[in-house]
Amino acid sequence: MSVMAPTTAHESEAAETHEQRAFGFWLYLMGDAVIFALLFATYVIMVNNTAGGPAGKALFSLPNAAIETALLLVSSTTFGFASLCSKTGNRGAVLAWLLLTFVLGAGFVFLELREFAGLIAQGAGPDRSGFLSAFFTLVGTHGLHVSMGLVWILIMSGQVMLKGLSVPVTSRLFRLGLFWHFLDIAWVGIFSIVYLPGLL
Amino acid sequence: MFGRLTLEALPLYSAIAAGGAAVTIGGALLVAIAITWLGAWRYLWTEWFTSVDHKRIGVMYIVLALIMLLRGFVDAIMMRAQQAMALNSGGYLPPEHFDQIFSSHGTIMIFFMAMPFMTGLINIIVPLQIGTRDVAFPFLNSLSLWLTASGAGLVMVSLVIGKFSTAGWTGYPPYSGAEANPGVGVDYWIWAILISGVGSTLSGINFVVTILKRRAPGMTLMRMTPFTWTALCASVLMAFAFPALTVACGLLALDRLFGMHFFTNAHGGNMMNYPNLFWIWGHPEVYILILPAFGIFSEVVSTFSRKRLFGYESLVYATAAIAILSFTVWLHHFFTMGSSPNVNAFFGITTMIIAVPTGVKVFNWLLTMYRGRIDFHPSMMWTIGFMVTFVIGGMTGVLLAIPSADFLMHNTTFLVAHFHNMIIPGVLFGYLAGYMYWFPKAFGFALDRKWGLASFWCWMIGFYLAFMPLYILGFKGMPRRMEQYNDPSWQPYLMVAASGAALILVGIACMVMQLYVSIRNARKTADRTGDPFDGRTLEWATSSPPPAYNFAVLPEIRDREPLLDMKERGVAYQRPAAYQDIHMPKNSAVGVVMGGLAFVLGFAIIWHIWWLVVACGLAMWIAMIARSSDDDSEFTLLAAEVKQIEDARYRALASQTTSRS
Amino acid sequence: MTQAVDKLLRPVVVAGAALLAGACDLRHSAVLDPKGPIALAERDLLFDAFCVMMVVIVPIIVLTLAFAWRYRASNTKAAYTPRWAESGRLDAFVWLVPALIVIAVAVLVWRSTHKLDPYRALESAQPPLDIQVVAQDWKWLFIYPDQGIAVVNQLAFPSGRPVSLRITSDTVMNSFYVPQLAGQIYAMAGMQTRLQLLADAPGKFVGRNSMYSGGGFSDQHFEVTAMTQADFDAWVAKARQAPARLDATAYAALATKSRLNPITFYSAVEPKLFDSIIARYTHAHHAPAAATPAGAAPRR
Repeated sequence: MSVMAPTTAHESEAAETHEQRAFGFWLYLMGDAVIFALLFATYVIMVNNTAGGPAGKALFSLPNAAIETALLLVSSTTFGFASLCSKTGNRGAVLAWLLLTFVLGAGFVFLELREFAGLIAQGAGPDRSGFLSAFFTLVGTHGLHVSMGLVWILIMSGQVMLKGLSVPVTSRLFRLGLFWHFLDIAWVGIFSIVYLPGLL
Repeated sequence: MFGRLTLEALPLYSAIAAGGAAVTIGGALLVAIAITWLGAWRYLWTEWFTSVDHKRIGVMYIVLALIMLLRGFVDAIMMRAQQAMALNSGGYLPPEHFDQIFSSHGTIMIFFMAMPFMTGLINIIVPLQIGTRDVAFPFLNSLSLWLTASGAGLVMVSLVIGKFSTAGWTGYPPYSGAEANPGVGVDYWIWAILISGVGSTLSGINFVVTILKRRAPGMTLMRMTPFTWTALCASVLMAFAFPALTVACGLLALDRLFGMHFFTNAHGGNMMNYPNLFWIWGHPEVYILILPAFGIFSEVVSTFSRKRLFGYESLVYATAAIAILSFTVWLHHFFTMGSSPNVNAFFGITTMIIAVPTGVKVFNWLLTMYRGRIDFHPSMMWTIGFMVTFVIGGMTGVLLAIPSADFLMHNTTFLVAHFHNMIIPGVLFGYLAGYMYWFPKAFGFALDRKWGLASFWCWMIGFYLAFMPLYILGFKGMPRRMEQYNDPSWQPYLMVAASGAALILVGIACMVMQLYVSIRNARKTADRTGDPFDGRTLEWATSSPPPAYNFAVLPEIRDREPLLDMKERGVAYQRPAAYQDIHMPKNSAVGVVMGGLAFVLGFAIIWHIWWLVVACGLAMWIAMIARSSDDDSEFTLLAAEVKQIEDARYRALASQTTSRS
Repeated sequence: MTQAVDKLLRPVVVAGAALLAGACDLRHSAVLDPKGPIALAERDLLFDAFCVMMVVIVPIIVLTLAFAWRYRASNTKAAYTPRWAESGRLDAFVWLVPALIVIAVAVLVWRSTHKLDPYRALESAQPPLDIQVVAQDWKWLFIYPDQGIAVVNQLAFPSGRPVSLRITSDTVMNSFYVPQLAGQIYAMAGMQTRLQLLADAPGKFVGRNSMYSGGGFSDQHFEVTAMTQADFDAWVAKARQAPARLDATAYAALATKSRLNPITFYSAVEPKLFDSIIARYTHAHHAPAAATPAGAAPRR
């Protein structure tokens, strides 16, 4: 036993902690995926239950959905750059990329809210029909996740600023990345199951 | 200001309801006064409520479970009494009160008795069995506990303020929708189980990571105890099935709060989606509850037969098979909804396939007893009682799994008898066996055997008296949930069933006596070895109760029965050459605060007090952010302190050995 | 002491006697005493599966008790093999026996589920009698489209002739249940489920809602009467004499919440009333016939 032993033991403990948290977060994401899967299934069951109200074809705008998709996909890329920079320890670059990710994500949420507001204004709110309930809930649940992701990005930016790229901070940044990319995948599902068939 | 909360919410609609409210308030006050009188608030807060130690969290879970068992049982005996007397008369309960009682009975027994009991046992024992110092996420563990407690709190509060749901524990729409049920009852039900459901999901994740990532060196998967295996499978199911409950209840809440149309009669709602979503969670839930009980039976039968568990690998594969298959059978809960014969037959057959691994388990326990040396400890009696009784429930389950036969028996008391036949002997007997088996581990003294046996016999006979008549009533075509009836030939059976419930009440009284007598004799029966039953598995290798860090030095595992193996090699209880510093998680008040906020949040949503919803939501965010930014959540127990604790333990061990010889 | 034992024992003895009496009584219980071919076939399934299950249940119970006694710790004469924990042959046995039983029952399930599909018309020389069933809070309305009559809380039909039911609900989910003739199926608003039944001989039976539906649920039972053809004709004639007619207004009044409604006849029924009850929940672009239950497999 050398003098070094405690620190290395502590380091390996930290690595273990990081690994366990990442694994736990994966499990959480899988549970979240179950939620999305069931919401997708519910949407598919209810897509024709328009109760005499408008159907997707009359409501959805492909350009809007396409811009939303682009914003979210690009934000995933910018987050990827933030992760890369955190490996090299470049604090300023991490912050810049996080900020850009935040702006793109906020743009997405803004477009979604605008779409929702437009639908509600034309009498196609979530209480209009089973179809619209399912639509608002599925897309809204995703939007809520993105919004929480935005709050998380702000928190992490604060932590990077105040604490620097310490081991716990980068570990959290890693899990935020998992979350953000997961939301991308969920959105690809929404785009292809909700918007594309609704318009084609 | 207070949403729809007015003075009319007080339960003055019936003397019995008002009495229930008075008992609830009185009980809470009495406990509060007792704690104040003992001056124990600070102790409870610093040592228990804010604790992140898995053993203490486990104990608190079980305390919650036992309290809720009493509440749920009061509901049960009230129902049995009502049905025993309600031939062509209203009995003593009006329908709107009887309906709340059967709803709260089921909700409490599943979510707030069985779930916390199971989570508590897993919490106390699994980390000890796999040789780790704590769970993977100790703070999350505390949060899970307090979310569960806050759900239970909402159910209890519904006794005093407003009414509980009348829609049964399954809450099928459209009956549970806003149109048929505009009051707060269904909302109480929804938010109680949504909040506690989040806690259960987090517990599931926590234990999957703990078991897969934190085992002691040498503890390979195939050396884990059967209880740990079943806990692992149950945790996987919790992590993946509870989201379905969240979706089912969440969508129902959206229907009720925002006038959406997921499950409404009109406007494009699809009520048939709800039973699907609900039972996609609900059937795995049955196995979430029963698998850990199977694990307990496996440990108990081996310990008290003084014999290695027969067919360990079979048992492990059977457990995993049951866990996977449990996701493929949900439709058998509603064969009578009009599905095509192909669909019904498919789900009928998958249901029966589960009987195969279950049968394997029963045979394995039987073969473990074969050529053993059986000690009829209460835990062993629960196990034998389970084996004999559970197979009857299994048989009636197979009958119900035949879709065409289910057309006859569905929704009758036969169904009620069947699932109680699975859950009382299968789940509750298992947990009680675990409670009486591991009690000395958690507290350092054993539970009284005589009172334990008395309790067992009352429960066992009471169970047969209470539920065999319900099987017969099912044959007589009696639907479940009847507040009154007009068929005089039903009444004798309902009276026998009521007498069974009364006998179970005696059984519960025996359990209370057992606890009292055991605490009184605690000094005499103190267990200084940490191993009162000549145990085989790792939890018995440490002291009782174990120190905060469980094991001063993490053990090397070489066998499926590590402690027995160490005893045989003569290395059990050996004092290590040296101790090292140990990093331990710090206590945290955030868990209990978040639980309290979740409770107020749920209450505010139920009563539409929107400003309070926003305030609680914000407060929870702030608490969460503060906690997640905290990098200093551990403290170090110095090697010298560890040595001090361990020296005391070895002194106690030595005195025990000398006094024995 | 003996008095205490006596006190304790008395309820046990009473209960035992009651259970014994119950066993005799059981023969006449609704499910075990079917009065039509559907319910009979369903009951026989129960019996078959019960017998198959006994093959494994009885040995387990007997062996558990026997082993517990034989290998009790105080019996030092019994063999003791603390390390014996594996046996390939026994392993195979414990997997195969349950598997074989399950295969046997699975075959039974597949065949019977198709044969007894409640949507499948009964084979009979006589054409089925069509009756439409509407669940309401808290009563049952039976519409006879071919006879042009309707009746509350009584389901009458000639014995020996198949009856084909179309079932819906004008309230929350109900379950239409006649244990002695046909079992049950859910009644759901905006949808139609089917059930077939046939009574072998004239007789009176009880029908109920078995799915909890609110305060009046306990009283929501109805009379099921199988009659001779002549009696049925007379019954229809009597219904046609009734003063009340079931038009839209009368229906709306009937559909409000009520308990313990007496048997009430309507001499005439608004045409397509049943379809319009379904359509109220579905809307024009959704043809009523297409509204069938079962998320898993839509069917007519």
